[in-house]
Amino acid sequence: MSGVKLLGINGSPASRRVEWALKIKGVEYEFIEEDLQNKSQLLLESNPVYKKIPVLLHNGKPIAESLVIIEYIDEVFEGPCILPKDPYDRAIARFWAKFLDEKLPAVWKALWSQGEEQEEDKKEAYEVLKVLDNELKDKKFFGGDGIGFVDIAANFVGFWIGIVEEATGVVLVTSEKFPNFCAWRNKYLNCDQVKENMPSREMLLGYFKSRVQAVANGPK
Amino acid sequence: MANDEVILLDFWPSMFGMRLRIALAEKEVKYESKEEDLRNKSPLLLQMNPVHKKIPVLIHNGKPICESIIAVEYIDEVWKDKAPLLPTDPYERAQARFWADYIDKKFFDSGRKIWTTKGEEQEAAKKDFIECLKVLEGALGEKPFFGGDNLGFVDVALIGFYSWFFAYETYGNFSTEAECPKFVTWAKRCMQRDSVAKSLPDQHKVLEFVQTLRKKYGIE
Repeated sequence: MSGVKLLGINGSPASRRVEWALKIKGVEYEFIEEDLQNKSQLLLESNPVYKKIPVLLHNGKPIAESLVIIEYIDEVFEGPCILPKDPYDRAIARFWAKFLDEKLPAVWKALWSQGEEQEEDKKEAYEVLKVLDNELKDKKFFGGDGIGFVDIAANFVGFWIGIVEEATGVVLVTSEKFPNFCAWRNKYLNCDQVKENMPSREMLLGYFKSRVQAVANGPK
Repeated sequence: MANDEVILLDFWPSMFGMRLRIALAEKEVKYESKEEDLRNKSPLLLQMNPVHKKIPVLIHNGKPICESIIAVEYIDEVWKDKAPLLPTDPYERAQARFWADYIDKKFFDSGRKIWTTKGEEQEAAKKDFIECLKVLEGALGEKPFFGGDNLGFVDVALIGFYSWFFAYETYGNFSTEAECPKFVTWAKRCMQRDSVAKSLPDQHKVLEFVQTLRKKYGIE
């Protein structure tokens, strides 16, 4: 059972982050697309605690949680560094990656929120975006002049949010409110690395539009 | 490392603050501890952790590191010559990071719900909590510590919660010793280390603190 396998999902930000890290290091891997309605035995055995993707299998040994996996990839495989070398810079990178992961649900909620709750949910999402906007004030990317660990972790806010906004009609990100964030996002989306490591925009848009339709049609 | 200025912004019952106390003690790092009043946060805290405004914050030569797990990893990287907390093997390191993250994601919330809720919600929280302990017991296996023969990253991440067990057991009306004896054996083994014993508050003091909080929140 040698080699590298990735249990993931094409349209999942967490899964895409890991693939991005593998590509940075030039690692050859086998991608196994999971069906969340019918999880494979391999997934259930490899991640018994959460039963979630992504899971990296390296010579048969499983690692779960996308940020943990990326740090592992950075340590084990040769190639360009993903995390900074200096301990303080590493701590800052880990801080922002964690912030992005923890605040993702608040932003997600606001995108799908309806009725009375929507204003409250949007306020929470704005607070998150404001913090990110402030962090990007004097920087080209979260990683500084070039893309880094945090920019990889930021794939959801950078790529997915815009698509979901288009599908749901909920607008969270405007350049008036978040000029630095928008400037970062424009550069981000035009990066070769991002273009190569994100799923098809049309595919995602179609998927989210059908989810909007399903919500509009009422509970199943 | 001479001429290092290390300050810890802390709050005595915080199991997150305890992690840093233990890590710094293991590494024999001299530091100044500043006790925060969380109802009246100091300008220093607000300046050093503007995003979350929470303790603990490690300030090393004027530079802040926030989020306790990230700070423990920083301490391990900077003061690397003494008492290594993370293993050297990348796969083992990934496992250690995974479990530290699990503790943060699952353990804190279920413990908190035991003393902040009643009735069915409390029963569900108890069940979750004990399940978490059993999962952690499984991860420990037959080793004396999560770190193997010595105190490691996961031990440091987890042991602080033990100072809250008397409070959890009192309000949840259960005995950890009865439900998870292996866990209690591990905890008592950790408590034999000076770095741990000196970093954890007395369990009765924590219970008194929880009593005051419950009165304040009107949970009776």
